[in-house]
Amino acid sequence: MAFQMILNIIIAIMWMFLSENYTFSSFISGYIIGILLLLAFQRFIPDNFYMIRVVKVIRLVLLFFKELLLSNIEIVKLVYKPKPSFEPGIFALPTELKSNWEITMLANLITLTPGTLSVAVSDDNSTIFIHAMDLGDVEESIQAIKDTFEKAIMEVTR
Amino acid sequence: MTGTWINFLIDIVIIICLLVGTFFIFSTSIGILRFPDVYTRLHASTKAATLGVAGVMIGAFLFLYLENGIVSGKLILGIVFVLLTAPVSGHMISRAAHQSGVKPWSRGQLKDDFADALKSKNKN
Repeated sequence: MAFQMILNIIIAIMWMFLSENYTFSSFISGYIIGILLLLAFQRFIPDNFYMIRVVKVIRLVLLFFKELLLSNIEIVKLVYKPKPSFEPGIFALPTELKSNWEITMLANLITLTPGTLSVAVSDDNSTIFIHAMDLGDVEESIQAIKDTFEKAIMEVTR
Repeated sequence: MTGTWINFLIDIVIIICLLVGTFFIFSTSIGILRFPDVYTRLHASTKAATLGVAGVMIGAFLFLYLENGIVSGKLILGIVFVLLTAPVSGHMISRAAHQSGVKPWSRGQLKDDFADALKSKNKN
């Protein structure tokens, strides 16, 4: 991945020198040409084509924004409810993610999703304790978090 | 004629951004007043405030860009850092509250897996 990125930047700089136009926009066009070249010659370059991973990162960021918007609407609804009828509590979410980076991402995403707030991570990094605004169906929300966020993070990091 | 229409439209878009942002910030403060305990208040302040601040900053960015032609990178960086830091601070405050012994508010039976896990760990 790092090798392909460096290759791509080198192609972009070469494009800048060949077109004798040392501006940011020519760097960008060179970078796009580099992406196309890497795509054409991906059989001869080690590792998978790295733009696949970039697309996955972009998808994760979009997911993040979507959940942020939904959670905001949810919380505003709760704020203006005349008689609040929520049932808060803390539940445990077992996670398969291992490294510190992945768990940080997951905890941040959980905090910004509708009705959940990550309170703590256990010492062995195997469980995240989540405060939920409304403890409707714990199993269901655990499954939802596992299906969307854990999967998206795993696709990016592995 | 067309120029004035476009100006009108730009103003409307900026006003909508600012109004949405201030509405979310206002809701956050109402939520902080209305909710019963630290954790539920953190729900309000970490979530709605991020979108509120982001909305105000997007409005300011659009205003500076469309009216004065300035691309303000600082505002974009501000949005990014608010998005990055709000969940972290929410997490730290709730963890600190839990460790100093604040019980989560509950209407019926309290479900607190974290306290149970801590208890069983101390026993061993």
